[in-house]
Amino acid sequence: MADQSKTDIQTEKIGGRTTKPSSPNADLISDFNSFWQYSEATESAEHAEISESYGHFINGEFAEPVKGRTMKSINPSTEEVVTEFAEGTSEDVNSAVAAARKAYEKTWSKLSGRERGKYIYRIARLIQERAREFAVIESIDGGKPIRESRDVDIPLAAAYFFYYAGWADKLQYAFPGRKAEPAGVCGQIIPWNFPLLMLSWKIAPALACGNTVVLKPAETTPVTALKFAELCRDAGLPAGVVNIVTGAGQTGAAIVDHPDVDKIAFTGSTEVGKIIQKSLAGTDKKYTLELGGKGANIVFEDAPIDQTVEGIVNAIFFNQGHVCCAGSRLFVQEGIADRLIEKLKFRMESLIVGDPLDKNTDIGAINSKEQYDKINKYLEIGVNEGAEIHQNRCELPENGYFCRPTIFTNVAQSSRIVQEEIFGPVLTIQTFRTADEAIEKANNTPYGLSGGVWTDKGSKIFQTGSSIRSGVIWSNTFNKFDPTSPFGGYKESGMGREGGLHGLYPYVNLK
Amino acid sequence: MQLQDFPGITQTVPIDQTGVEERVARLNTRSIKKESKLQALKLALSMIDLTTLEGKDSPGKVKQMCQKAKQPHSALPDLPHVAAVCVYPPMVRIAKNELKGTGIHIASVATAFPSGMATLQAKIDDTRYAVGEGTDEVDMVISRGEFLKGNYNYIFDEIAVIKEACGDAHLKVILETGELLTYENVRKASDIAMHAGADFIKTSTGKISPAATQPVTLVMLEAIRDYYRKTGRMVGMKPAGGIRKAKEAIQYLVLVKETLGADWLTPVWFRFGASSLTNDLLMQIIKQQTGVYQSSTYFSND
Repeated sequence: MADQSKTDIQTEKIGGRTTKPSSPNADLISDFNSFWQYSEATESAEHAEISESYGHFINGEFAEPVKGRTMKSINPSTEEVVTEFAEGTSEDVNSAVAAARKAYEKTWSKLSGRERGKYIYRIARLIQERAREFAVIESIDGGKPIRESRDVDIPLAAAYFFYYAGWADKLQYAFPGRKAEPAGVCGQIIPWNFPLLMLSWKIAPALACGNTVVLKPAETTPVTALKFAELCRDAGLPAGVVNIVTGAGQTGAAIVDHPDVDKIAFTGSTEVGKIIQKSLAGTDKKYTLELGGKGANIVFEDAPIDQTVEGIVNAIFFNQGHVCCAGSRLFVQEGIADRLIEKLKFRMESLIVGDPLDKNTDIGAINSKEQYDKINKYLEIGVNEGAEIHQNRCELPENGYFCRPTIFTNVAQSSRIVQEEIFGPVLTIQTFRTADEAIEKANNTPYGLSGGVWTDKGSKIFQTGSSIRSGVIWSNTFNKFDPTSPFGGYKESGMGREGGLHGLYPYVNLK
Repeated sequence: MQLQDFPGITQTVPIDQTGVEERVARLNTRSIKKESKLQALKLALSMIDLTTLEGKDSPGKVKQMCQKAKQPHSALPDLPHVAAVCVYPPMVRIAKNELKGTGIHIASVATAFPSGMATLQAKIDDTRYAVGEGTDEVDMVISRGEFLKGNYNYIFDEIAVIKEACGDAHLKVILETGELLTYENVRKASDIAMHAGADFIKTSTGKISPAATQPVTLVMLEAIRDYYRKTGRMVGMKPAGGIRKAKEAIQYLVLVKETLGADWLTPVWFRFGASSLTNDLLMQIIKQQTGVYQSSTYFSND
């Protein structure tokens, strides 16, 4: 190499840099921060209107809860109260279901598909128009980085409404030779990880098929659903077609147990899913359950390694790992394990953890105190089980619930952190030698929601992918969603499919 | 030293095109504002290799360009100067005189630039001539035809022998990625060039389209990162051709920062082969400082 002094171009005029480039063979720890740190780039929250308190949205109007009980939603990145909202009781659920029933019988099921489609298109367009406001609120209420709520959650939510609006007047082509009648009043319970997106997965197909809905958002993230209620009103949607009842588990149970509900759609934990399925046993209610997962991400030694690292990051650190289909178990073929893990650690160093509203944040806040404690409990379990923990070295904000991206090596199938869904930015890494071994380990779980295969060889993709019992398998990519594609799980990851043509079935009775 | 000393480097490293492009798209969403933006604009300015490589280049044009290199904008005397001027070998002495004592480097293309279609001896002579004229840096082209034939030994030896002919001068190896066609080829050529002694790897001559693109640059940066982590030797990177806007330049800096880290964010290790970029950077610097844009007629076109 040429003499260093010869290339010593003066740099003092540039932004006050004093550090010199590392000399060769200096320690090879990557330094992403000593020079040129990105200035704050906070998305303005001024245009996001959040009321101090919200009632239920029943029959086209916001209504105070009958018993007057309220709950608070907390901003997980500041621990400040975002808003106060009603805690639904069975009285509230009764009036919501009654409103939905009335709207179903008097107006919505009587409308032609084309008319229903018009309303749904209008909702989709309004979501697009208010995308920025929805994105900001999603980040404030749930802690997810604005980059994701802006680029993923909200555009996808609009896309699902657009997609199902298109089916509304084409149901006869979806089910040729059969008559698709709406199921009736749908009770829908959604989780806190993708609040508006999950709402769209539920409401869009329900409305397209002529159903009316009573939807309960999660108690930690109710705001976008309530803003969506306002949007329904602005769209001129007939009163009672969409009803939003807020609250926690008991409110959800009141919806599930209500005798006048025809169909239940639930997305959430496997634990709650089992309770729901039990209470639905013996009734003629239709139901779909989209539950937990412990996705296996399988990397063969011929994989495009740098893109695979990116895919692994996307699989487990997307939305702080609060993703039911997260690739939380990584299986790496022995030949490249060391190299891949080294690259992954290097890549983790450049992840920015912090203020969800900053446009450069990669990983935001953990959704709630409860989830934060749960993740920390699992980190402790992992360490106690003898696993080797590695976290990136970034600084965390002082307030709020933040968790460093974490990987565990030296784990086995018998480790609890490998078996149980953590729902946080925590990855376990195991190695394998043959495809059969990888498949066996991947399938050795009660879950079956998602999986990934990374290889340069097409035949291996199909061979391995088709042997993994999961609802979705991605190849050389991860966490990609599209309204035209059905989504759902095998085994304890759920029943039924949402999205695509398949997503219409749970909302119709075929004659 | 020969290619056989480095077993494995000609093996294809699988690269997923979609994955590379997605990574770039994601990095392009970085929002660079306020102080960090001004810092980036000045940094980018200091990394420019101001270039004129035309058959009709005249001593007058080269002198004008050198003036621009020293003082990019007379209204802002405190700005950093550019990193280097890049000219054909016969212009080296003229540039050298103009830039004495400024710290600005002279870079000269050599080795039958831009096609590289010449005998090895002619390329060596070309390089020696440029070095003899006093160039600080040599920008060579590889023989793309031999590379695409799979004649990797030829490429390795060619680079090694030119490196030797460079003496103390810094060697930048132009891969001409627009002719290599795949990211896998780009990666392979980068690996060969670095092992053969390149101080810098460079995307393009600017004479072939496409010239520099961000995905190609990312692939090369990753090659540099892997090589550095294996050997401890830093290698520089120069995307060249087609970069005209300040916004793009900042996106390139983000790629560098998040792939290689802060150590590479200096003109010692990163360059832009560009000329029209200079004025857009100046325009944006003034906008950042005053809040308003000036007309392009206020900036000299040298």
